[in-house]
Amino acid sequence: MHKTLNSTTPSPVVSLKNVHKSFGTLKVLDGVSFEVDRGEVLVLIGRSGSGKSTALRCIDRFETIDSGEIVVCGHRVSDPKLDLRALRQDVGIVFQSYNLFPHLTIEENITLAPCSVKGMSRTHAKEEARRVLAQVGLEDKLHQYPEQLSGGQQQRAAIARSLAMQPKVMLFDEVTSALDPELTGEVLKVIEALAADGMTMVMVTHEMGFARGIADRVVFMHRGKVHETGLATILTSPATPELAQFVGTGL
Amino acid sequence: MNLNLDFAVILERWPTFVDGALLTLQLAFIATVLGTAIGVLGAIGRRSSHPIVSRLCGIYVEAIRNTPLLVQIFLVYFGLASLGVKFSAFTVAAAALTINVGAYTTEIIRAGFDSIPRGQIEAAEGLALSRAQIYWHVVMWPAIEKVYPSLTSQFVLLMLASSVTSQISAEELTAVANYVQSDTYRAFETYILVALVYIVLSLIMRAGFWLLGFVIFPRRRRLGTPL
Repeated sequence: MHKTLNSTTPSPVVSLKNVHKSFGTLKVLDGVSFEVDRGEVLVLIGRSGSGKSTALRCIDRFETIDSGEIVVCGHRVSDPKLDLRALRQDVGIVFQSYNLFPHLTIEENITLAPCSVKGMSRTHAKEEARRVLAQVGLEDKLHQYPEQLSGGQQQRAAIARSLAMQPKVMLFDEVTSALDPELTGEVLKVIEALAADGMTMVMVTHEMGFARGIADRVVFMHRGKVHETGLATILTSPATPELAQFVGTGL
Repeated sequence: MNLNLDFAVILERWPTFVDGALLTLQLAFIATVLGTAIGVLGAIGRRSSHPIVSRLCGIYVEAIRNTPLLVQIFLVYFGLASLGVKFSAFTVAAAALTINVGAYTTEIIRAGFDSIPRGQIEAAEGLALSRAQIYWHVVMWPAIEKVYPSLTSQFVLLMLASSVTSQISAEELTAVANYVQSDTYRAFETYILVALVYIVLSLIMRAGFWLLGFVIFPRRRRLGTPL
């Protein structure tokens, strides 16, 4: 039973097994396990401090874990000898605060990594930038600077920047939390389109309506544990009182 | 009070003033270029997680910032001489000024590096950029753009401070003035003229830095706002 698993049954793109993580004496992840299959959209929900963002950040090794195992696109993330840059070429991450590089145009923001990391030619990278910007509806912003864009446009540009690296899985960390409802809508539409294209995604969100619409699977985290998990239907008919209370206050 | 100014005898020696001014600009140019390089390396060193490296860079910065420039110049001058190495006064002056301004630029650039939000670096890491690529593309350029006004002021101050190197007979502007005034006995006129020349040199440097900023910071050129 060595490598046969890979070829026969498709192995999950992301898998967390019994992951533990503490910040000092504070236990943030207390035996978290979940899997994400190819093309699947997994939505992590929970109160602030429940560990959902930490769990997401562990997938891209922005946090190291104390024990357990994380495998992402065949990379053993929990292995100290992990090739970090190889992992991050396969994983795209988008943050709440966009984090576009302010001194570069949108085009330069997008072409930077393909040129520097993948050694793509400038012309090819620029074509790629056009393609991904069209995907998020910002073709006309190619030569603008981030500060000239609205928050929603900046977040779409940040998504485009990640897409240009052609990741196998995308992570979204509360990407609409800094946006007003109107701008939130335009970002969520882009994410929906990505999901429809079959992109594997893990996202942390507080948008319950959106989560219901897009999630193939929902993981509700509570006090560092996966408290309840299932199809998006658990959001409307929760099994545990904690989730019931959470979605009750969220609606 | 009888003010009797006679510039004629001073002005007829204009070629020596031009030579002195050019030498001052050369000193400033060398110290600016090398000082920037030291500043970038020093700032990286001060932020290094390696305790010995960051400590050494810290000692360099504090030693320079807490001693007079003239003393530093003498230390380089007599230090090299006592090692039996013979350099021209110009070389010694350029070296001392570079060492001096390097410490100040280290602090300025470090402040610029520290001002880059953590999220910028995380975003770059998430895009699989290497540490060196992150430093170059995501940290250094915006940091330098942010601190560019303080950095360039420091270099203009350095040009003015280079007058101190007249003490080791580097033949820059102030040394020329010292020589002319002792020759003509027109000290007040000489230093009025020299002060005016320093003002012109400062303006030349500021214009140069403005132009350079225009070329190397395209965002600032397009939007006209500080980063």
